[in-house]
Amino acid sequence: MLSKKNLQLNENGDLHHLLAIEGLPKRIIERILDTAESFVGINEREVKVVPLLRGKSIFNIFFENSTRTRTTFEIAAKRLSADVVSLDVARSSTNKGETILDTIANLTAMHADMFVVRHAESGAPYLIAQHAAPHVHVVNAGDGRHEHPTQGLLDVFTIRKYKKDFTRLTVAIVGDVLHSRVARSQIHALTTLGVPEVRVIGPRTLLPADLERLGVRVFTSLEEGLKGVDVVTMLRLQNERMTGALLPSASEYFSRYGLTPQKLALAKPDCIVLHPGPMNRGVEIDSAVADGKQSVILPQVTYGIAVRMAVMAILSGSTR
Amino acid sequence: MKIAIRKGRVIDAASNFDAQVDVFIAASKIVAIGEQPDDWHSNRDINADGCIVAPGLVDLAVHVKRGTLATELAAAAAGGVTSMVCSPDTDPVLDEPGLVDMLRLRAQSFHGTHLYPLGALTKSLAGVQLAEISKLAQAGCVGFSQADRAVLDTQVLLRAMQYAATFDYSVWLQPEDLHLAKNGVAHEGEVASRLGLEGIPSSAEIIALATHIELARVTGVHLHICRLSTAEGVALVRAAKSSGLKITADVAINHLHLIDLDIGNFDSNFRLSPPLRSSRDRDALRAGVIDGTIDAIVSDHTPRQDDAKQVPFGEAAPGATGLETLLSLTLRFAESARLPLNDALGRITYHAAQAAGLHAGRLAVDAVADICVFDPGAYRLINKAGFRSAGKNSPFLGYELPGVVRATVTAGHVAYEAAA
Repeated sequence: MLSKKNLQLNENGDLHHLLAIEGLPKRIIERILDTAESFVGINEREVKVVPLLRGKSIFNIFFENSTRTRTTFEIAAKRLSADVVSLDVARSSTNKGETILDTIANLTAMHADMFVVRHAESGAPYLIAQHAAPHVHVVNAGDGRHEHPTQGLLDVFTIRKYKKDFTRLTVAIVGDVLHSRVARSQIHALTTLGVPEVRVIGPRTLLPADLERLGVRVFTSLEEGLKGVDVVTMLRLQNERMTGALLPSASEYFSRYGLTPQKLALAKPDCIVLHPGPMNRGVEIDSAVADGKQSVILPQVTYGIAVRMAVMAILSGSTR
Repeated sequence: MKIAIRKGRVIDAASNFDAQVDVFIAASKIVAIGEQPDDWHSNRDINADGCIVAPGLVDLAVHVKRGTLATELAAAAAGGVTSMVCSPDTDPVLDEPGLVDMLRLRAQSFHGTHLYPLGALTKSLAGVQLAEISKLAQAGCVGFSQADRAVLDTQVLLRAMQYAATFDYSVWLQPEDLHLAKNGVAHEGEVASRLGLEGIPSSAEIIALATHIELARVTGVHLHICRLSTAEGVALVRAAKSSGLKITADVAINHLHLIDLDIGNFDSNFRLSPPLRSSRDRDALRAGVIDGTIDAIVSDHTPRQDDAKQVPFGEAAPGATGLETLLSLTLRFAESARLPLNDALGRITYHAAQAAGLHAGRLAVDAVADICVFDPGAYRLINKAGFRSAGKNSPFLGYELPGVVRATVTAGHVAYEAAA
């Protein structure tokens, strides 16, 4: 049945859509990372443009607002010489009753070659990929709590830059895993690349059921979980999590799970700190850590462009 | 109208009858099984050679919408269903006798499948004020239900069950704690965690069910438990039944076959209420059917328009079309669970009718002639084009399933006959 097959790959096993890290073969992840490596150089040149996607039309369709992610996709597409249109659908057509599939059909009629999709519902990019014309590629730019594959890729790209060998690392992911698509993508990327120990740290209210089945070790104590880690990713804690019964307050959360220099000292001395942004300083991360020597948060943003360029370049080379 | 159904294998779960004999129908009743009555002249002869002749199916869970009654009754007949119990969550809600009269009259005008409405237990199903259930019963309601809407106020539920027990009416409840199920779209577990879907924990069913069972004990009401989905739920029902409570239960056929893993890549045809759960739950539900803890297998027929399903999983309307696959899926279940055909058919005929207090689901002399003739050895491909129902939303699209209905007789009329 259609819905059961691996939608992401074409008959030759090449990447046709990027919907999730889960299920991606290691060779494809490594190819993306290697390709991104070559684009890092371009981004440091004075003329930052290559003609790889000249004549291609890329539509950024954001059913959920996100200035930052949309901007990095725009820059990536422009540096590949594609024509880019960004639609803030959250405020336009769907509010007039148009369905996702109608929106997609209309944009396909404008000869789109690629859709970059962000949606508040998990799985929305799958629906689009299942109904897209065969030549159209779909990139998931974040779907609900499910995945944010380009973020996961830029995270592992950053880790590779600093740590080289994945097979000797211990990586900790801290915070609101329940609501985090970043965490899911990063977990799958790390386990696929052979990281022997991925730890997840958080209070039980923010950890999804049966999390261990994703191949991670679960800790509820930040101090225990940080011991001896090479990499720590702090997840953003959204303010609305305080209104329900998930957590009592931001300050109590910070006291237990906020990353301070003292707590970071429990990790290896050369441990690097990642954060997908935007940060809530004083909620999940202390400014002294965010701006400190071990922080690689700004390099993540820079590498994010190279990784998105690599994804777009590889996808546009695939046919179905 | 005199009909003879000849050469079929007649199976009747109620009497444990299983033999190749002819069935004779006159004036809407079965007049003879086996020996042809004296001076018999058929108006119609149905050749059932190679087929099973069973009581018409009794489906305890059908959702109908106004305006689709014609297609859904046609779907029922094509599925071999001759009696269906309809949920009160119609639009408007079945909380007034006039609405029940209208629905029944309209259904009767089609001379097809018998429609037995459930009335709303509370006004507008809001769970606040009792509906006029005595008047609703006089209008033809066979029980009272909240559909899939829980009563938040347990005192209201207690009063409703006390009041229903006063008149020996049955109360039909789908156990789901509203708070624990809030925003949930899939079984809480590994699959929902991977897919990033909000979970509905098993405890949502277990807690509500424990409440319902205790209230049934206190009030003595006949409680019919709708759509069990968890292993723990089956165990609770088993214990409650063995302690002598007046409790019956059903399960949707979908949940005897499918689990949360089948959601695959967010396939919204698998968005059901209650949600598809783990393989452990499915195994327990199957065991519950086999040992009789679960009285009835139902279709939970919920036709949906395409645009209610061609949206992201979490936004999709729950439910699947089911009238036309209930028989085939029950046969497939019987085969894989090695359940004797007679027992399996009993769950969609006699035992289902007994649970609902209906005089149906029997193939016996003097019984109303509601009969399903089907070929158990024939297979068919499930596809959208094949459905008569307005809803084409089935998790079984693309499946090849056993059992093809050749003819459906309802109250002595041929309501459906397959093209030769």
